[in-house]
Amino acid sequence: MSRLRKTELAKVGFGLIVAMIVTALGCAILALPGEESGLAGAVMLNLDQAGAKNPVTAVLLNFRGYDTLLEIAVLLLAVLGARALAVDESADDSEHFRSSINPVLIGFIRVIAPVMIIVAGYLLWVGGHAPGGAFQAGAVLASLGVLLVLADINWTQHLSDYSERILLTISLVVFLSVGLATMFNARNFLEFSPSTAKWCILLIEAVATVSIAVILLALFCCGKISNARKYHETTRGRVE
Amino acid sequence: MTTVTLYALCGVILFGIGFYGVIICRHLLRKVMALNLMGTGVFLILIALARRTPGDRPDPVPHAMVLTGIVVAVSATALALALLRRLHRETEIGDLPHDAK
Amino acid sequence: MSFELTILGLILVPLAAGIAAFIVTRFAAILAVATALLQSLFAFRLAGYVLSNGPLRYKIGGWGAPLGIDLYVDGLSALMVIMTALVGLAVATYSTSYFAIPEHGREHRSNVDIFWPLFLILWSALNALFLSADIFNLYVTLELLTLSAIALIGLAGTVKSLQAALRYLLIAMSASLFYLLGVALLYSVYGTVDWELLGAQMQFDLPDRCAIVLICVGLLLKTALFPLHFWLPAAHANAPAPASALLSGLVLKASFYVLLRMWFDVFPYADLRAVGNLLGILGAAAIVWGSVQAIRQQHLKLLVAYSTVAQIGYLFLVFSLASEPSASWNAWNGAAYFSVSHAFAKAAAFMAAGSLVFATGSAKIDDLAGIAQQQPVTVFAFALAGVGLMGLPPSGAFLSKWLLLNASLSSGKWFFTAVILLGSLLAAIYVFRVVAKSFEAGERQPTRHVPALMQWTPLVLALLSIGLGIVATRPLELLKIGAPVAIEKTP
Repeated sequence: MSRLRKTELAKVGFGLIVAMIVTALGCAILALPGEESGLAGAVMLNLDQAGAKNPVTAVLLNFRGYDTLLEIAVLLLAVLGARALAVDESADDSEHFRSSINPVLIGFIRVIAPVMIIVAGYLLWVGGHAPGGAFQAGAVLASLGVLLVLADINWTQHLSDYSERILLTISLVVFLSVGLATMFNARNFLEFSPSTAKWCILLIEAVATVSIAVILLALFCCGKISNARKYHETTRGRVE
Repeated sequence: MTTVTLYALCGVILFGIGFYGVIICRHLLRKVMALNLMGTGVFLILIALARRTPGDRPDPVPHAMVLTGIVVAVSATALALALLRRLHRETEIGDLPHDAK
Repeated sequence: MSFELTILGLILVPLAAGIAAFIVTRFAAILAVATALLQSLFAFRLAGYVLSNGPLRYKIGGWGAPLGIDLYVDGLSALMVIMTALVGLAVATYSTSYFAIPEHGREHRSNVDIFWPLFLILWSALNALFLSADIFNLYVTLELLTLSAIALIGLAGTVKSLQAALRYLLIAMSASLFYLLGVALLYSVYGTVDWELLGAQMQFDLPDRCAIVLICVGLLLKTALFPLHFWLPAAHANAPAPASALLSGLVLKASFYVLLRMWFDVFPYADLRAVGNLLGILGAAAIVWGSVQAIRQQHLKLLVAYSTVAQIGYLFLVFSLASEPSASWNAWNGAAYFSVSHAFAKAAAFMAAGSLVFATGSAKIDDLAGIAQQQPVTVFAFALAGVGLMGLPPSGAFLSKWLLLNASLSSGKWFFTAVILLGSLLAAIYVFRVVAKSFEAGERQPTRHVPALMQWTPLVLALLSIGLGIVATRPLELLKIGAPVAIEKTP
């Protein structure tokens, strides 16, 4: 009973602390200047040099492209971590029990898959001048991959672990290479010339779409796309 | 109070709720969700404050920061879930012991 | 080789090597050691550039701050990069042997394949952090660092390590969000995230104060200052030995470096005297509490981990001591040099502890009885690392503590003088406990053979930590370059 009391007290006490933090932050927000353009002016001024008409894409891939490079490395790290933690799924027989494949799901995928691929391509292209880009496109492709895994459609059959690792890292490799390639023209790392910036950005984004899709799908499958296959094999064997 | 400050204040409140959840919730899945709520709060604040430009176009730099932040949050969540899944497989328990060692 | 290639190479070479090590697993170990050698070369070259040219900037993408992201290097960051390079080289060498042991590669062969990419990306993240001039970019590098650290802890695969990794993840990620919110507030006031530009215009209004508190809390959580250290001992003690060495020696220093940078270069630190005193007192509490806990531990690696809690305390004395102009230069130097010497000594201690745990097959200190006869090199390495932790002359820790003592005397803060001395005494007790146990007479089971690299690498690193006191003039000269304007430089 006293222990219960103690946890209740801790909750109330901590709640008060959080309320104080929230109040202080709220006052700080209210005290901020009402109008402040930040770096919007500088971005707009340099936008025609940046190779993308969409200011957000220009910031992501050009002005602050280095952040994006590191952030793809962060995604890759999550896959590395998931791979380090994955255990052999085939040894497991309690989880992922699948009685049968849902025919409605299969039918749905038949309709939705082509649309999703087109949407991903559109998002990638439109990112140049309107909201969109590699991450959005990659997320759409990855969700298509998740649907395929759920429907037990075995499209990764011919994908070896080696090629999977290449797909996971290809965007970092391309990003780094493009960045280094710009240095041959006596420019800085990741300094695109205004004339080629558009194509550099498109190349990086296109490859990033693939890598991001594969990375997100791999995260869904515990770090390895081939894991999905493995657990279907075991569960199907059991159902039959 | 403008719309901007309203959204930013909502962000602050979400941040607070999330932080409360990370510390107080027992189950790890809830903690992970609370962490994401905290992140959402910060992102909402960034997006809201980016709208204080004089013209009709918001400041794109915080938008790019939020995209970066979202990717980081996705990665952290994925890693947390991978750890959680492995821990659950080994112990069948969904929370952390009080004794830290 | 130009300055551009050197500074970029420090960040990009380990990143590229990490990718390569992930794809071609067979050559990962060779690749990592080669990268480590190259990094040491780069690091010293970078220091050379700083010594001859002063602080340098590099504009990534050619835009320049505030629109783009700049890299920045001065004496402090160059010294941190050298520290990372040397400790990293030692850890890489140690790990080639450590992960070749079947027990550590264990049934999951994949662990070894994952360790090298993680290690190399962690290295890249550390260098990127030390060389960044952009506080949002610092957020990204902190995340890169934290996620690789978490994955390294989880690599051990035991229930305890999983729990520790999850706790670390939850704490470190909330800490990052605190930091990010602070950055968001600063950006929304000043419209820049470059720390030099911020430092030039920073005021002390309510939003600034909130941002300062948020950033400090975030970084204190990540640096594990008492009483926010609760996640540290389990995380550092349960990771594989090379990972523990990296975490305790380097990863903690990264968030401390950011705080040091922010405090003296960005924040209006003259207004923060009270907070600085609070941090100093927490540091003093950490020294006493961490040391006492270390003395009470039964497990070798937990003892070393609690020693980290204590040693982190010394670093935080600077925030109180530097508020006196007469003491600020000594205090700042002392803290910067302490983090280097601690990195060497602690990495050596963790690696030696890993070798001892492997030799005896037990994590308990009591099972070390009489091991000195069978593992003389490793025990000697641990003892020498202990000397580096206690701060006996001529170690680097001695010099740094001496600088801190001077600062505390000249600022009249006698309390800190007493705590610094007490901390050394307590450190002597916990190191002596282990060493005395290992010399205990009596029969003991023969221990497992420890590979030569796992014996000698900790010894070399421990010797380096002691040598740091002898070769201190060059590093201290380096530290002067670009030292914060707020600090009064006295020779």
